Amino acid sequence: MLNIVWPIFIIISFIFAIFTGKLSELNASIFTSTEEAVKLCISLLGTICLWNGIMQIANKTTIINKLTKFLNPIMRFLFPDIKQDSDVHKEISMNIIANILGLGNAATPLGIKAMKSLQKQNKDKKVLSNSMATLIVLNTASIQIIPTTVIAIRNSLGSSNPTGIIFPVWIATICAAVIGIFFTKLFIKLGK
Amino acid sequence: MEFISFFSDIAMPLIILLIVIYGLIERNKVFDIFLDGAKEGIGVVVGIFPTLIGLFVAIGALRSSGILDFIVQIMTPILDIVKFPSEIMPLALIRPISGSSSIAVAVDIMKNFGVDSTFGLMASVIMGSTETTLYTIAVYTSAVGVKKTRFVLVASLLADFVGIVVSVVVCRIMSMNFS
Repeated sequence: MLNIVWPIFIIISFIFAIFTGKLSELNASIFTSTEEAVKLCISLLGTICLWNGIMQIANKTTIINKLTKFLNPIMRFLFPDIKQDSDVHKEISMNIIANILGLGNAATPLGIKAMKSLQKQNKDKKVLSNSMATLIVLNTASIQIIPTTVIAIRNSLGSSNPTGIIFPVWIATICAAVIGIFFTKLFIKLGK
Repeated sequence: MEFISFFSDIAMPLIILLIVIYGLIERNKVFDIFLDGAKEGIGVVVGIFPTLIGLFVAIGALRSSGILDFIVQIMTPILDIVKFPSEIMPLALIRPISGSSSIAVAVDIMKNFGVDSTFGLMASVIMGSTETTLYTIAVYTSAVGVKKTRFVLVASLLADFVGIVVSVVVCRIMSMNFS
Protein backbone atom coordinates (compact mmCIF):
# COMPACT_ATOMS: atom_id res chain seq x y z
CA MET A 1 0.00 0.00 0.00
CA LEU A 2 2.69 2.48 1.02
CA ASN A 3 4.68 1.53 -2.07
CA ILE A 4 1.98 3.35 -4.02
CA VAL A 5 0.90 6.06 -1.58
CA TRP A 6 4.37 7.23 -0.53
CA PRO A 7 5.74 8.05 -4.01
CA ILE A 8 2.44 9.72 -4.94
CA PHE A 9 2.72 12.01 -1.90
CA ILE A 10 6.27 12.97 -2.82
CA ILE A 11 5.60 13.51 -6.53
CA ILE A 12 2.45 15.61 -6.17
CA SER A 13 4.04 17.70 -3.41
CA PHE A 14 7.02 18.45 -5.62
CA ILE A 15 4.92 19.38 -8.65
CA PHE A 16 2.54 21.48 -6.56
CA ALA A 17 5.47 23.29 -4.90
CA ILE A 18 6.86 24.26 -8.31
CA PHE A 19 3.56 25.77 -9.40
CA THR A 20 2.97 27.63 -6.15
CA GLY A 21 6.59 28.75 -5.80
CA LYS A 22 7.01 27.02 -2.48
CA LEU A 23 10.17 25.10 -3.30
CA SER A 24 12.20 26.70 -0.50
CA GLU A 25 9.49 25.78 2.03
CA LEU A 26 9.51 22.25 0.65
CA ASN A 27 13.27 22.09 0.95
CA ALA A 28 13.20 23.31 4.54
CA SER A 29 10.44 20.86 5.46
CA ILE A 30 12.54 17.86 4.44
CA PHE A 31 15.00 18.60 7.22
CA THR A 32 12.49 19.63 9.86
CA SER A 33 10.48 16.48 9.12
CA THR A 34 13.37 14.10 9.70
CA GLU A 35 14.22 15.98 12.87
CA GLU A 36 10.61 15.70 14.06
CA ALA A 37 10.59 11.97 13.41
CA VAL A 38 13.74 11.55 15.50
CA LYS A 39 12.34 13.68 18.33
CA LEU A 40 9.06 11.79 18.29
CA CYS A 41 10.77 8.40 18.42
CA ILE A 42 13.01 9.43 21.30
CA SER A 43 10.09 10.57 23.41
CA LEU A 44 7.96 7.61 22.33
CA LEU A 45 10.74 5.40 23.62
CA GLY A 46 10.07 6.36 27.24
CA THR A 47 6.32 5.74 27.34
CA ILE A 48 6.41 2.66 25.14
CA CYS A 49 9.20 0.97 27.10
CA LEU A 50 7.44 1.70 30.39
CA TRP A 51 4.15 0.36 29.13
CA ASN A 52 5.71 -2.68 27.48
CA GLY A 53 7.40 -3.51 30.78
CA ILE A 54 4.17 -3.22 32.76
CA MET A 55 2.31 -5.30 30.20
CA GLN A 56 5.02 -7.95 30.30
CA ILE A 57 4.17 -8.38 33.99
CA ALA A 58 0.48 -8.71 33.09
CA ASN A 59 1.44 -11.32 30.47
CA LYS A 60 3.33 -13.42 33.00
CA THR A 61 0.43 -13.52 35.46
CA THR A 62 -2.93 -15.25 35.07
CA ILE A 63 -4.69 -11.88 34.94
CA ILE A 64 -5.86 -12.29 31.32
CA ASN A 65 -7.28 -15.69 32.15
CA LYS A 66 -9.08 -14.40 35.25
CA LEU A 67 -10.60 -11.45 33.43
CA THR A 68 -12.07 -13.64 30.69
CA LYS A 69 -14.80 -14.73 33.13
CA PHE A 70 -16.32 -11.26 33.04
CA LEU A 71 -16.74 -11.65 29.30
CA ASN A 72 -18.90 -14.79 29.45
CA PRO A 73 -22.30 -13.05 29.25
CA ILE A 74 -21.13 -10.88 26.33
CA MET A 75 -19.51 -13.86 24.63
CA ARG A 76 -22.81 -15.70 24.55
CA PHE A 77 -24.36 -12.79 22.69
CA LEU A 78 -21.41 -12.17 20.36
CA PHE A 79 -20.60 -15.79 19.51
CA PRO A 80 -23.80 -17.86 19.86
CA ASP A 81 -22.25 -20.69 17.80
CA ILE A 82 -19.39 -21.29 20.22
CA LYS A 83 -19.70 -23.57 23.23
CA GLN A 84 -18.56 -22.26 26.56
CA ASP A 85 -15.52 -24.05 28.03
CA SER A 86 -14.29 -24.92 24.55
CA ASP A 87 -10.73 -23.95 23.56
CA VAL A 88 -11.96 -21.51 20.93
CA HIS A 89 -14.11 -19.78 23.53
CA LYS A 90 -11.05 -19.31 25.71
CA GLU A 91 -8.86 -18.10 22.84
CA ILE A 92 -11.40 -15.52 21.75
CA SER A 93 -11.99 -14.23 25.29
CA MET A 94 -8.25 -13.95 25.85
CA ASN A 95 -7.84 -12.10 22.56
CA ILE A 96 -10.49 -9.58 23.60
CA ILE A 97 -9.02 -9.07 27.07
CA ALA A 98 -5.49 -8.68 25.67
CA ASN A 99 -6.83 -6.05 23.27
CA ILE A 100 -8.60 -4.17 26.05
CA LEU A 101 -5.44 -4.16 28.16
CA GLY A 102 -3.50 -2.92 25.14
CA LEU A 103 -1.37 -6.08 24.92
CA GLY A 104 -0.99 -5.91 21.16
CA ASN A 105 1.84 -8.44 21.16
CA ALA A 106 -0.31 -11.00 22.95
CA ALA A 107 -3.62 -10.16 21.30
CA THR A 108 -2.68 -10.82 17.68
CA PRO A 109 -1.23 -14.36 18.16
CA LEU A 110 -4.26 -15.27 20.31
CA GLY A 111 -6.60 -13.89 17.68
CA ILE A 112 -4.89 -15.80 14.89
CA LYS A 113 -5.00 -18.97 16.97
CA ALA A 114 -8.73 -18.44 17.46
CA MET A 115 -9.17 -17.86 13.72
CA LYS A 116 -7.43 -21.15 12.96
CA SER A 117 -9.59 -23.05 15.45
CA LEU A 118 -12.70 -21.43 13.98
CA GLN A 119 -11.57 -22.37 10.48
CA LYS A 120 -11.49 -26.04 11.55
CA GLN A 121 -15.20 -25.84 12.45
CA ASN A 122 -15.99 -23.74 9.40
CA LYS A 123 -18.19 -25.51 6.84
CA ASP A 124 -17.09 -23.54 3.78
CA LYS A 125 -13.33 -23.02 4.12
CA LYS A 126 -13.30 -20.27 1.48
CA VAL A 127 -15.81 -18.02 3.26
CA LEU A 128 -15.60 -16.49 6.75
CA SER A 129 -18.02 -18.05 9.25
CA ASN A 130 -20.25 -15.80 11.36
CA SER A 131 -17.98 -16.18 14.39
CA MET A 132 -14.86 -15.43 12.35
CA ALA A 133 -16.42 -12.29 10.92
CA THR A 134 -17.48 -11.13 14.39
CA LEU A 135 -13.98 -11.74 15.76
CA ILE A 136 -12.37 -9.64 13.01
CA VAL A 137 -14.84 -6.77 13.41
CA LEU A 138 -14.16 -6.78 17.17
CA ASN A 139 -10.42 -6.62 16.51
CA THR A 140 -10.76 -3.70 14.12
CA ALA A 141 -12.72 -1.78 16.78
CA SER A 142 -9.66 -1.51 19.07
CA ILE A 143 -11.33 -1.30 22.47
CA GLN A 144 -8.47 -0.22 24.71
CA ILE A 145 -8.36 1.11 28.26
CA ILE A 146 -5.13 3.07 27.79
CA PRO A 147 -4.36 4.43 24.31
CA THR A 148 -0.61 4.39 25.01
CA THR A 149 0.74 5.51 21.65
CA VAL A 150 -1.43 8.63 21.52
CA ILE A 151 -0.51 9.52 25.08
CA ALA A 152 3.17 9.14 24.19
CA ILE A 153 2.74 11.35 21.12
CA ARG A 154 0.84 14.01 23.09
CA ASN A 155 3.52 13.91 25.75
CA SER A 156 6.27 14.38 23.17
CA LEU A 157 4.49 17.39 21.67
CA GLY A 158 4.34 19.10 25.06
CA SER A 159 0.65 18.68 25.87
CA SER A 160 -0.41 20.17 29.21
CA ASN A 161 -2.53 17.05 29.83
CA PRO A 162 -1.38 14.06 27.74
CA THR A 163 -3.78 11.60 29.38
CA GLY A 164 -6.74 14.00 29.17
CA ILE A 165 -8.09 12.17 26.14
CA ILE A 166 -8.53 8.77 27.82
CA PHE A 167 -12.19 9.18 28.73
CA PRO A 168 -13.20 10.68 25.35
CA VAL A 169 -11.39 7.77 23.69
CA TRP A 170 -13.48 5.33 25.72
CA ILE A 171 -16.70 6.98 24.58
CA ALA A 172 -15.66 6.99 20.91
CA THR A 173 -14.28 3.46 20.91
CA ILE A 174 -17.34 1.97 22.64
CA CYS A 175 -19.69 3.71 20.20
CA ALA A 176 -17.61 2.38 17.30
CA ALA A 177 -17.57 -1.16 18.68
CA VAL A 178 -21.34 -1.15 19.31
CA ILE A 179 -22.00 0.01 15.75
CA GLY A 180 -19.56 -2.56 14.35
CA ILE A 181 -21.31 -5.36 16.23
CA PHE A 182 -24.75 -4.02 15.37
CA PHE A 183 -24.00 -4.16 11.64
CA THR A 184 -22.29 -7.53 11.98
CA LYS A 185 -25.42 -8.98 13.61
CA LEU A 186 -27.62 -7.24 11.06
CA PHE A 187 -25.66 -8.57 8.07
CA ILE A 188 -25.69 -12.07 9.56
CA LYS A 189 -29.50 -11.83 10.02
CA LEU A 190 -29.86 -10.66 6.42
CA GLY A 191 -27.84 -13.69 5.38
CA LYS A 192 -25.04 -11.72 3.74
CA MET B 1 -16.44 17.55 33.01
CA GLU B 2 -14.67 16.96 36.32
CA PHE B 3 -15.27 13.23 36.27
CA ILE B 4 -13.88 13.00 32.74
CA SER B 5 -10.53 14.35 33.86
CA PHE B 6 -10.75 12.23 37.01
CA PHE B 7 -11.07 9.01 34.99
CA SER B 8 -8.41 10.16 32.56
CA ASP B 9 -6.03 10.98 35.40
CA ILE B 10 -6.54 7.82 37.41
CA ALA B 11 -6.67 5.19 34.62
CA MET B 12 -2.96 4.81 33.94
CA PRO B 13 -1.61 4.86 37.54
CA LEU B 14 -4.41 2.53 38.64
CA ILE B 15 -3.68 -0.07 35.98
CA ILE B 16 0.06 0.02 36.68
CA LEU B 17 -0.66 -0.40 40.41
CA LEU B 18 -3.09 -3.28 39.89
CA ILE B 19 -0.77 -5.18 37.54
CA VAL B 20 2.26 -4.77 39.81
CA ILE B 21 0.27 -5.90 42.88
CA TYR B 22 -1.18 -8.83 40.93
CA GLY B 23 2.31 -9.81 39.83
CA LEU B 24 3.49 -9.72 43.45
CA ILE B 25 0.55 -11.82 44.65
CA GLU B 26 1.48 -14.51 42.14
CA ARG B 27 5.08 -14.30 43.43
CA ASN B 28 6.73 -13.02 40.28
CA LYS B 29 10.05 -11.22 40.07
CA VAL B 30 8.19 -8.18 38.86
CA PHE B 31 11.14 -5.91 38.17
CA ASP B 32 13.06 -8.51 36.15
CA ILE B 33 9.95 -9.15 34.06
CA PHE B 34 9.46 -5.41 33.70
CA LEU B 35 12.98 -5.04 32.34
CA ASP B 36 12.40 -7.79 29.78
CA GLY B 37 9.30 -6.04 28.52
CA ALA B 38 10.90 -2.59 28.52
CA LYS B 39 13.79 -3.96 26.46
CA GLU B 40 11.31 -5.24 23.91
CA GLY B 41 9.83 -1.74 23.82
CA ILE B 42 13.09 -0.41 22.42
CA GLY B 43 12.76 -2.83 19.51
CA VAL B 44 9.20 -1.67 18.88
CA VAL B 45 10.25 1.97 18.58
CA VAL B 46 13.39 1.20 16.56
CA GLY B 47 11.20 -0.92 14.27
CA ILE B 48 8.81 1.92 13.41
CA PHE B 49 11.55 4.57 13.15
CA PRO B 50 12.47 4.10 9.45
CA THR B 51 8.78 4.09 8.48
CA LEU B 52 8.17 7.28 10.44
CA ILE B 53 11.16 9.05 8.86
CA GLY B 54 9.88 8.25 5.37
CA LEU B 55 6.30 9.21 6.13
CA PHE B 56 7.12 12.37 8.07
CA VAL B 57 9.06 13.65 5.08
CA ALA B 58 6.20 12.79 2.72
CA ILE B 59 3.50 14.36 4.93
CA GLY B 60 5.76 17.34 5.63
CA ALA B 61 6.14 17.81 1.87
CA LEU B 62 2.36 17.67 1.41
CA ARG B 63 1.98 20.37 4.07
CA SER B 64 4.82 22.68 3.01
CA SER B 65 4.01 22.55 -0.73
CA GLY B 66 0.54 23.83 0.14
CA ILE B 67 -1.28 20.92 -1.47
CA LEU B 68 -2.71 19.66 1.82
CA ASP B 69 -4.27 23.06 2.51
CA PHE B 70 -5.46 23.16 -1.07
CA ILE B 71 -7.25 19.82 -0.74
CA VAL B 72 -8.68 20.86 2.62
CA GLN B 73 -9.99 24.07 1.03
CA ILE B 74 -11.70 22.16 -1.75
CA MET B 75 -13.34 19.84 0.73
CA THR B 76 -14.44 22.54 3.17
CA PRO B 77 -17.72 23.54 1.44
CA ILE B 78 -18.82 19.90 1.20
CA LEU B 79 -17.78 19.05 4.75
CA ASP B 80 -19.33 22.24 6.13
CA ILE B 81 -22.74 20.92 5.15
CA VAL B 82 -22.33 18.01 7.55
CA LYS B 83 -20.39 20.19 10.04
CA PHE B 84 -17.30 18.00 9.82
CA PRO B 85 -14.01 19.90 10.29
CA SER B 86 -12.04 19.59 7.02
CA GLU B 87 -8.76 19.98 8.95
CA ILE B 88 -9.33 16.48 10.35
CA MET B 89 -10.34 14.94 7.03
CA PRO B 90 -6.81 13.84 5.95
CA LEU B 91 -6.51 11.82 9.17
CA ALA B 92 -9.98 10.30 8.82
CA LEU B 93 -9.12 9.17 5.29
CA ILE B 94 -5.77 7.58 6.06
CA ARG B 95 -6.54 6.13 9.51
CA PRO B 96 -8.08 2.80 8.34
CA ILE B 97 -5.41 2.30 5.66
CA SER B 98 -2.02 2.79 7.31
CA GLY B 99 -1.05 2.93 10.98
CA SER B 100 2.28 4.70 10.60
CA SER B 101 0.99 7.21 8.02
CA SER B 102 -1.87 8.09 10.35
CA ILE B 103 0.63 8.74 13.15
CA ALA B 104 2.49 11.10 10.82
CA VAL B 105 -0.73 12.88 9.79
CA ALA B 106 -1.96 13.11 13.40
CA VAL B 107 1.37 14.58 14.55
CA ASP B 108 1.19 17.05 11.66
CA ILE B 109 -2.29 18.19 12.78
CA MET B 110 -1.25 18.44 16.43
CA LYS B 111 1.83 20.50 15.55
CA ASN B 112 0.02 22.74 13.12
CA PHE B 113 -2.98 23.60 15.32
CA GLY B 114 -1.56 22.88 18.78
CA VAL B 115 -1.69 19.57 20.62
CA ASP B 116 -4.35 20.79 23.08
CA SER B 117 -6.39 22.72 20.52
CA THR B 118 -9.77 21.37 19.42
CA PHE B 119 -8.27 19.85 16.26
CA GLY B 120 -5.34 18.47 18.26
CA LEU B 121 -7.75 16.78 20.66
CA MET B 122 -9.81 15.41 17.77
CA ALA B 123 -6.72 13.93 16.16
CA SER B 124 -5.72 12.37 19.49
CA VAL B 125 -9.12 10.82 20.18
CA ILE B 126 -9.44 9.49 16.63
CA MET B 127 -6.00 7.88 16.89
CA GLY B 128 -6.86 6.33 20.26
CA SER B 129 -10.28 5.01 19.37
CA THR B 130 -9.72 3.47 15.93
CA GLU B 131 -7.53 0.75 14.45
CA THR B 132 -5.76 0.26 11.15
CA THR B 133 -8.82 -1.60 9.89
CA LEU B 134 -7.51 -2.78 6.52
CA TYR B 135 -4.32 -4.12 8.05
CA THR B 136 -6.18 -5.98 10.81
CA ILE B 137 -8.58 -7.57 8.32
CA ALA B 138 -5.65 -8.60 6.11
CA VAL B 139 -3.75 -10.20 9.01
CA TYR B 140 -6.73 -12.18 10.28
CA THR B 141 -8.05 -13.39 6.93
CA SER B 142 -4.66 -14.29 5.47
CA ALA B 143 -3.86 -16.31 8.61
CA VAL B 144 -6.55 -18.78 7.57
CA GLY B 145 -6.29 -18.19 3.82
CA VAL B 146 -9.87 -16.98 3.41
CA LYS B 147 -10.55 -14.62 0.50
CA LYS B 148 -14.31 -14.13 0.85
CA THR B 149 -14.68 -11.74 3.75
CA ARG B 150 -18.43 -11.08 3.35
CA PHE B 151 -19.53 -7.89 5.16
CA VAL B 152 -16.45 -7.53 7.40
CA LEU B 153 -14.94 -4.53 5.61
CA VAL B 154 -18.25 -2.67 5.44
CA ALA B 155 -19.09 -3.27 9.11
CA SER B 156 -15.58 -2.29 10.25
CA LEU B 157 -15.49 0.88 8.16
CA LEU B 158 -18.96 1.85 9.43
CA ALA B 159 -17.63 1.39 12.97
CA ASP B 160 -14.58 3.55 12.15
CA PHE B 161 -16.82 6.21 10.66
CA VAL B 162 -18.96 6.33 13.80
CA GLY B 163 -15.83 6.35 15.98
CA ILE B 164 -14.46 9.34 14.08
CA VAL B 165 -17.75 11.26 14.18
CA VAL B 166 -18.13 10.62 17.92
CA SER B 167 -14.51 11.73 18.48
CA VAL B 168 -15.23 15.02 16.70
CA VAL B 169 -18.44 15.63 18.64
CA VAL B 170 -16.95 14.75 22.04
CA CYS B 171 -13.93 17.01 21.45
CA ARG B 172 -16.19 19.89 20.40
CA ILE B 173 -18.10 19.53 23.68
CA MET B 174 -14.85 19.21 25.64
CA SER B 175 -13.21 22.33 24.22
CA MET B 176 -16.41 24.32 24.65
CA ASN B 177 -16.23 23.55 28.34
CA PHE B 178 -12.54 24.30 28.59
CA SER B 179 -12.72 27.70 26.98
